[in-house]
Order: sequence, then structure tokens, then C-alpha cells
Amino acid sequence: MHNPQLNAQGQLQHLLSIEGLPKRILTDILDTAENFVGVAEREVKKVPLLRGKTVCNIFFENSTRTRTTFEIAAKRLSADVLNLNVSTSSQSKGETILDTVNNLIAMHADMFVVRHQQSGAAHFIAQHVPPHISVINAGDGRHAHPTQGLLDVFTIRKYKPEMHNLRVAIVGDVLHSRVARSEIHALTTLGVPEIRVIAPRTLLPTDVEKLGVQVFHNMEQGLKDVDVVMMLRLQNERMSGALLPSSQEFFQTFGLTPERLALARPDAIVMHPGPMNRGVEIDSAVADGKQSVILPQVTYGIAVRMAVMAILGGGNAA
Amino acid sequence: MTLPDPEQLLEHLYQQLKPRIQENTALVGIYTGGVWLMERLLKRLQTELGHDILFGKLDAAMYRDDYAQRGLKTSAHPAYIPFDINGKHIILIDDIFYTGRTTRAVMNELFDYGRPASVQLAALINRGGAQLPIRPDMVGADLPLQAHQSFDLAMNTLGRLSLSISESASPAKLGADDHA
Repeated sequence: MHNPQLNAQGQLQHLLSIEGLPKRILTDILDTAENFVGVAEREVKKVPLLRGKTVCNIFFENSTRTRTTFEIAAKRLSADVLNLNVSTSSQSKGETILDTVNNLIAMHADMFVVRHQQSGAAHFIAQHVPPHISVINAGDGRHAHPTQGLLDVFTIRKYKPEMHNLRVAIVGDVLHSRVARSEIHALTTLGVPEIRVIAPRTLLPTDVEKLGVQVFHNMEQGLKDVDVVMMLRLQNERMSGALLPSSQEFFQTFGLTPERLALARPDAIVMHPGPMNRGVEIDSAVADGKQSVILPQVTYGIAVRMAVMAILGGGNAA
Repeated sequence: MTLPDPEQLLEHLYQQLKPRIQENTALVGIYTGGVWLMERLLKRLQTELGHDILFGKLDAAMYRDDYAQRGLKTSAHPAYIPFDINGKHIILIDDIFYTGRTTRAVMNELFDYGRPASVQLAALINRGGAQLPIRPDMVGADLPLQAHQSFDLAMNTLGRLSLSISESASPAKLGADDHA
């Protein structure tokens, strides 16, 4: 089957989802990101790879944090960055996605970073751009958020390099989470043997076992002896109907407290993609505690996004 | 051509390098071969001079001028510059000097860490073919090579260097690569 993310030589052309990407590509991205971690600590926090290129952040759905990290990543690669908040712009005047994209192509944009509330939006744009333009999915509906998945596995690899030996728990609102899906695909591809999801039945997709995970509905059982706890944000804005009694009740049953974290391995790390709902899915004592790597995730996220853009923006080695 | 023993070339390079070491000198190896040489030279200098010498390692993959044609090298190494570069006398160590494009890339990267007092270049071999106004200040030997040939420097598990020549079927693209 043709993979729309790869070119004829099997190199990355667009980053749309982690699903379907071979281990070789994921490892390349993570290894490349290692080289970018140090850039932020230098006197000049920039490398010249994308000098003269224009990266266009097209956000059909608001996300200040994701947009900011992509913007910093592009700027540290010396690209010019254009931020388009389409939700507040021409789409409200009736312009179609393709008209928006075609206008940006006419302005000689070289790379699109796309966030959309509809699953498949980035794929759709990738199918319509000329071959010299790359598209990065920055989150589409409930489908995928590949750079978040990549930065999560990059963070895990930094703290727990023996990935083939890990027990990882993903906790919370898996149903609405494109992050969880991307994380599960990345962890599976990189050979993590045991992935658990811990959530109430109402917040799990019906076919979740097909992703190769073990399902738990109880924190005490699910967290036992895990090496990594990946918390998910309770997506209030994506909830329709009564999937949950209340956020307080959620915290009672599924919130990550110091007592529950003590069930995991003593050197377990705690991750969260942000923004956090303190006191809903995670206790402040854990979020700010010794085992938390939530802020390093943000730092590594920039290096990973730089790596993706640098791989997409270069020529094809002959 | 009879190839010289790279261990002798390294000895020759060492003799030129030693008198140039000052208090503020730092050695910076260029991956991959230049880092091997830097580590060998550093160890001996520290033993003979009796003090520690600052050192670093650069790859410069992010500064190469062929990125638009060839993309990013996937086997690049993270930069390692653990000292303040400002005011230091930097000696870059490379294995094979060819077009000068790697040196340019490394110097650009170096200056993003600060302003060194001076930068010099030591290369084990200058194979000729510079395309920029850059030449090594110290060389183990000048050994001109045809464009379709390249030197391969190898290091065995005991740390001993060996040198060979490889021939490419088609003449190398001009300026395509100066890594040997």
C-alpha cells in the first residue's frame, strides 16, 4: 500500500501520523533530535538549516502551546514563520481549506504545520500540495498528534534507554485523545513490550485492545510496577454528553496522587502532554514532584519538532 | 601510490601541534576521524605537558552547504563544547582536508557558541582540491588525490590507525562532500 508520508525512495515526505511509519524513520527522527537538544543552550540558539524557507502554521483549531513550540522550533532552524489562525480568519468568511492552502502556496510557503478539529485534515492537505512542500500534522480531531507521540517516546528514551524492557501505563481520557493513539503506535513500533491503558469504560474506545494494549479500570492494579506513567488531559472541551459524573469524582478514582504513584516502580517517571488540570487528573504534589518529567517534555518537544522539520526540509540524498 | 603509515603522520602532526598549546588552547575534533585523532593527541599532550587541556567535538551536520541537495545526515553526532568558547585559542582537528567546506561549516557552528581568540586547523592529510580560501595550518602530509578517489582512515579496536584509498565508479560531484 502506498504510504502518503513517504516518497518513492522511502524517505519522510510528510509527517501525518506515527501509524504506518517504519521503526527506521522513528529512530532517525529521535537520533536527529538528540543533536538539536544542545542548540538551546548555546549563545546563538539557532542553526541555519531552514534559512530562507517559510514555515506556515495553519491552525484551524486553537492551541497556543503547540503553535508556540512549532514556532520556536522553526525559528531555531532559521526559518521565517507565518502563523495563521484560520478559526478566526477567512474560513469564517466561507473560504475552503484548499483555497486557504493554495493562497499560501502562491505566497511560496515551503512547509505547513496543520492543526484541525477534523480527523484527516492534514492528510487531505498533503494530497493536494506540490511535491516540494511538506505537511506536518499538529493534531487532527481524535486521530493523531505525531510530534507529541514522538516527543513522549524521546523523553522516555532519555530517562529509560532500555525500551524493550519497559512497562508503560497511559492513564485517563483515551477516548478523546489523539495523543494516546500516537503514543501507543510509537511505543509499539519502538519495541516497548507492555503498554497498559487505565481509564473508566466510558473514556476508552470500544476497540482499544486491537492497539495491542492491556486494559485496566483500576489505578491500583494498573500502576503496579510500571516504569512510566503517562497521564492524559481530561478533555472537557471535547466531551459531549455525560461520560463522567464530575471532575472531582474522576480525581477520586483516576487522579494520580503520591499514594498511587508509590505503587509504580520507585524510579518511575511521570509524564503529561499539557496543559494540566491540577486536581483533576494529577495532584500538584506529583506534577511538581521529583519523578515528574513534564517540563523536560516541553524542552525535548522543541528538539523533536526541529528534527522533523530539518528532515523534511532537506534535499534527498542521492 | 605507496601509502604512508598514518601513525607516522600523526607523530608529525603532534610535533607541530605541541609548541602551539597555550593556557587558553582548546582542541576541537571534527567527527568522525578528527575526533579519534583529537583524543589521541590530547592524551599525549596532557601526559607530556602535565596539565589538562580543554577539548570539544563538532559534527557541523547542521551547517553544511549541501543540505538543500542532500538533506540532513542521519548519522550525525551531537555537538560537545563543554567550555566557554569566548577568548579561547581553538585548534580544529580533522582527518582529511579536501574542499574546505567542512571546515567552513564547523567554523560557523563554532562561532554560534561565542567569539574565540583564534582558530587554527590541523589535518592529518591535505589531499588537495580546496574550493574555499581555507587551508590547514598544520598537516601530517600533503598527498594529492584524484577527484574520483578518496582516503579512508580507519581505527582498529586497539586504537591503531590505518589508511586506504577507495575509488568511486563515477567522478565525485564537485563539492559534493569533503568527508573522507
